[in-house]
Amino acid sequence: MAKQIDDETMENVCILAKLSLTEEEKEKAKKDMQEMLDYVDKLDELDTSGVEPMSHIFGDDNVFREDVVTNGDNSEAMLANAPKAKEGQYQVPKTIG
Amino acid sequence: MELEKLTALQLAEKIKKHEITVTDGVKEVFSKIEEKDEKIHAYLDTYRKEAFARAKEVEKGIEDGTYTGPLAGVPIAIKDNICVQGKPTTCASKILEGFVPQYQAEVIDRLEKAGMIIIGKTNMDEFAMGSTTETSAYGITRNPWNTEHVPGGSSGGSCAAVAAGETYLALGSDTGGSIRQPSSYCGVTGLKPTYGTVSRYGLVAYASSLDQIGPVGKDVADCAALLEVIAGYDPKDSTSIDRKDLDFSSEITDKIAGMKFGVPKEYLAEGLSPEVKEAFMETLKVLTQMGAIVEFFSVKTMEYMIPAYYIIASAEASSNLERFDGVKYGYRAKEYEGLHDMYKRSRTEGFGEEVKRRIMLGSFVLSSGYYDAYYLKALRTKALIKKEFDQAFEKYDVLLAPAAPYTAPKIGESLKDPMAMYLGDIYTVAVNLCGLPGITVPCGKDSTGLPIGIQMIGDCFMEKKILRAAHAYEKARGDFGTPEEGGKRA
Repeated sequence: MAKQIDDETMENVCILAKLSLTEEEKEKAKKDMQEMLDYVDKLDELDTSGVEPMSHIFGDDNVFREDVVTNGDNSEAMLANAPKAKEGQYQVPKTIG
Repeated sequence: MELEKLTALQLAEKIKKHEITVTDGVKEVFSKIEEKDEKIHAYLDTYRKEAFARAKEVEKGIEDGTYTGPLAGVPIAIKDNICVQGKPTTCASKILEGFVPQYQAEVIDRLEKAGMIIIGKTNMDEFAMGSTTETSAYGITRNPWNTEHVPGGSSGGSCAAVAAGETYLALGSDTGGSIRQPSSYCGVTGLKPTYGTVSRYGLVAYASSLDQIGPVGKDVADCAALLEVIAGYDPKDSTSIDRKDLDFSSEITDKIAGMKFGVPKEYLAEGLSPEVKEAFMETLKVLTQMGAIVEFFSVKTMEYMIPAYYIIASAEASSNLERFDGVKYGYRAKEYEGLHDMYKRSRTEGFGEEVKRRIMLGSFVLSSGYYDAYYLKALRTKALIKKEFDQAFEKYDVLLAPAAPYTAPKIGESLKDPMAMYLGDIYTVAVNLCGLPGITVPCGKDSTGLPIGIQMIGDCFMEKKILRAAHAYEKARGDFGTPEEGGKRA
């Protein structure tokens, strides 16, 4: 039996996902997620004891390079994409009172 | 001369022989776009002016020896999750509204070096999440074979554009079948390369351990030629693989006698539509007649593929899509109270329903207390699936599977039941989980004339084998026809 998604879990998921859903949307999301979890619960049938989790199929060694800057200053072009910018910086709502 | 009938390689050949100009090919593509795209809506954006200017430049480049490749002068469409510098890239999402990349994808650089002409950006499911191109925030794309039906997804725009003659070639991306399934629905050929073969630099990430860019074209030779253009090591993508042999075209022959094909018998059990099954079995017969050996074998992990895939893909998506917060680019909510509320409202208003569903699922399976039970369990399952495929490739050169359980659904049917839509990915997701190459080739039509595709899957780095098998089959099959010629059986 899959984990039952209650309101508290849903609240936590919304915090992690940085989403603010209406009550109605939350109910729908809860139902959808419950359905999905009931389904993926199938994996419990499968004996995976002693099996290493595989994140990368070709082995997950780190790839290193010398720490040398190869790109130029592109800040103006990048700031042009910002919804709000001021004095060469991204502008966000005031966070400290 | 009927330019629309030409494949990309034939078009380039005629350009080289001075039978036509580069501009003729570009003109042909834009005349089809004008004629059809209002209805089909394969494109989100087109670059008419730039394409005609570029055609002149490439024409000169072919003359002076700058562009010598087999696809020089060929028009190509780009899925809108691949960045072209200075051109809006939306991922078919409202949250990337107004975003203009200041850099471009490695694949775009490679297309330009090969003398190809970028025509525009194609529609897709939002952030490549979906199987029908209906989750796009900018309207649906219609299937050129029957406009009441979806083109598949998520690379639905790219596949529809090729099918409608609105481009000669296209790039798609494939995370769980997003090139192979719409290729099947649209009656075109689409290839997902071995993981790491094509640089993901400049591809907006969905699930990084699964994403690969790949070619969509009219036939196998075109896809092989385009793969040669885009494949290759790129230090800007840390998962890029330095493959020594990137010649995918020269061994494309029609000789498959003695080649061993394996068919997972579970794939033909319940859930597969009778018409798709019939076309699939017919294809097996053709391969056998050509001297290939076709055997059935058992895949015991089949029912665990979709659960493992959706856990892993959603987990990676939730992490990758954290970056969309309304600060650095894209959409910012108009009203909010403070910074956190600004993040939340921008994301809530900017993402569509399917994307939010996957972000939430992903956030949950990665959250403390559930990480082991869901995410790690899925990664362990992936290891078992990979082991089964490894064992299969000890016996077989190529595995055969349907590309999808049914032909293109009617518009509006799939999104009513997301769970059912996910289950439709059953034949494609394992290829991504295992990093394998897979190609879809048209193999038949259903009673209403909608295309059916067969999927040929190779072991990692064995693109040559699937390209040869697909090309040989394609030759035996004969001309598949176009949407205009309508629903006669292949």
